[in-house]
Amino acid sequence: MALAHLTSSSRSNLLKPSPPSYPTLILSAVRSPPPPTPLLSRLPFRSLLTNASLLPAPSRPLLKSLFLSSATWLRCGGWRSPPILYKAKLIRGFCHLYDGQEAVAVGMEAAITKKDCIITAYRDHCTFVGRGGTLLEVFSELMGRQAGCSNGKGGSMHFYRKDAGFYGGHGIVGAQVPLGCGLAFAQKYSKGETVTFALYGDGAANQGQLFEALNISALWDLPVILICENNHYGMGTAEWRASKSPAYYKRGDYVPGLKVDGMDALAVKQACKFAKEHVLRNGPIILEMDTYRYHGHSMSDPGSTYRTRDEISGVRQERDPIERIRKVILAHDLATEKELKDFEKEIRKEVDQAIAQAKESPMPEPSELFANVYVKGLGTEAFGADRKEVRAVLP
Amino acid sequence: MLGIIRQKAFAQSLQRIRPATSAWRGYSSAAKEMTVREALNSALDEEMSADPKVFLMGEEVGEYQGAYKISKGLLEKYGPERVLDTPITEAGFTGIGVGAAYYGLKPVVEFMTFNFSMQAIDHIINSAAKSNYMSAGQISVPIVFRGPNGAAAGVGAQHSHCYASWYASCPGLKVLAPYSSEDARGLLKAAIRDPDPVVFLENELLYGESFPVSAEVLDSSFCLPIGKAKIEREGKDVTITAFSKMVGYALKAAEILAKEGISAEVINLRSIRPLDRPTINASVRKTNRLVTVEEGFPQHGVGAEICASVIEDSFGYLDAPVERIAGADVPMPYAANLERMAVPQVEDIARAAKRACYRSVPMAAV
Repeated sequence: MALAHLTSSSRSNLLKPSPPSYPTLILSAVRSPPPPTPLLSRLPFRSLLTNASLLPAPSRPLLKSLFLSSATWLRCGGWRSPPILYKAKLIRGFCHLYDGQEAVAVGMEAAITKKDCIITAYRDHCTFVGRGGTLLEVFSELMGRQAGCSNGKGGSMHFYRKDAGFYGGHGIVGAQVPLGCGLAFAQKYSKGETVTFALYGDGAANQGQLFEALNISALWDLPVILICENNHYGMGTAEWRASKSPAYYKRGDYVPGLKVDGMDALAVKQACKFAKEHVLRNGPIILEMDTYRYHGHSMSDPGSTYRTRDEISGVRQERDPIERIRKVILAHDLATEKELKDFEKEIRKEVDQAIAQAKESPMPEPSELFANVYVKGLGTEAFGADRKEVRAVLP
Repeated sequence: MLGIIRQKAFAQSLQRIRPATSAWRGYSSAAKEMTVREALNSALDEEMSADPKVFLMGEEVGEYQGAYKISKGLLEKYGPERVLDTPITEAGFTGIGVGAAYYGLKPVVEFMTFNFSMQAIDHIINSAAKSNYMSAGQISVPIVFRGPNGAAAGVGAQHSHCYASWYASCPGLKVLAPYSSEDARGLLKAAIRDPDPVVFLENELLYGESFPVSAEVLDSSFCLPIGKAKIEREGKDVTITAFSKMVGYALKAAEILAKEGISAEVINLRSIRPLDRPTINASVRKTNRLVTVEEGFPQHGVGAEICASVIEDSFGYLDAPVERIAGADVPMPYAANLERMAVPQVEDIARAAKRACYRSVPMAAV
């Protein structure tokens, strides 16, 4: 069934005649002898309507930077800090952690520039850091302080960094996909030769507006890459209970798709690089990243009522993205065990410092309540809960 | 009643003599007349010409020349990159429009009617209205959502809803409702130039109506301020507020009231959000009586907000309870006689004004 898509040449002119079946897809693409690289992926690429020739080929600087950024983000977005802060009620409301999924954000960032745009849903802390956000901004925003990236007014789900091409940070499941297609429209309109990555989860993959936006993007050849971060659970609902077809890379039907091992940062990087070149010529593509989140959906979800602890620890043992990179670095003698441990210590210190600084930083001023409602407030009045008590003029 | 409009001869003006088709037309030194349709078309044309970031998207706006011919000629002039026909997928194309605005373009998104905007309302509210605030000013959304709003003629319940109060309740949006051609031109230009998301509520039945426009209005730099109401007719006995098509009805009601010795002041709101509370309150402090008129449903409507505002700021000045004229509290029926009962008529406005002036015949006691 999978091959039927590959071989039906009437469906797309992207297919070259008689494409190879997928096991040889990887090997036959090599033009020169591959470097002695242990393949990180346990899961090979799978494709729809495209025969991407992909082979992870890591370089030393890349591996180092991947490790550094992953480790930072892991500590930042995962395990230790946020749950502690949440219990202490310093972080309130929603907090969706990204640990386990770092390879997607890290690999994608390694393949693109800051002129390319990224838009994602609410699991956005790591993506924000990848776009140049600082740890202080992250923790301040989580704790609702003025120093936060949104001055404390957005919260966990609303991080933005427009000058680095990061457009948020969205709380409504699926809404970010049409918005991302709109960013790509504007990039094409501005003749920028840049692309947009619109990320969504397996839970959002069934949203109608996604298909509406995909249709328009394909019609108008917009340079948008839809990335489905398939962590196999939409909140508490496993993918087999939510989607009739869990082959999200095939959902595009007339839009090509590629399934990638989302726990392998190098594969992600390679796929994103390929996708960027593809969409600038051919219109949209869907990348499905097969990934996993160790924590529950959010802080209020223990994450163990709908899956077993064995499953979680199994993935952590077999497929952990940071461990993989660590192994490759050590295998290639790019750094010693001690150096890597020192990196991690450094990062832990940085994170702890940022948290301490954020804890000390002030809450937003009361006048902030009425700031930024409009760009141009026209001197109109806005009111507080008791309008006779609290009135402000919007500048 | 026939009226003759005579214009002063300007260099480029035309002299025209024509019967006025309604009881009230501003006697002015107008250079020409223009339909609301022409006004909107010319405003779009001029703003697209002035700023290459402005583009139009919606169903049938391009090759069909616009479902109501508002965008006639624009595809030919600006090409398919700036005038985009979309599939019938409001959620998708509205999201795309908002995303383009995030990046810095200036989309004008047309809804064939605002009834269909409900399919896209999440993007209007959550993606557009709130973004500047949630991002502390990083992500501004200079977008215009426009299209016909409210009742048309015989189109039934699903195609006759008025969304003025829906959108006007949301901070972060600006909501405009033009009446005349001058309003249409000035407010649409202001909306396109405004850096915030604007909901622009037109009216299908007004598209074909003609209004005099001065040379100033015809100038391509003409712009009306957002947030300012216009006093269409000055009076001293009762204030009547209205927007969109109801302004015409209110003016007709004022003519009828004038014959009975009641001098009504008619305020054309123009801007539902921000609401021009100072102008409304100043008028009520002068007349001491208020009738609010709208076509939409009464509960939680625009009139309810105006009434509350006047009670809060000018309670001591009121000599009578505030009267509210609104659409009937039913989904719009199709039968012509029922439809007529479901929307305000001129006599409803006149009757309410008389009640506010304690001039109506009291209902018989049971």
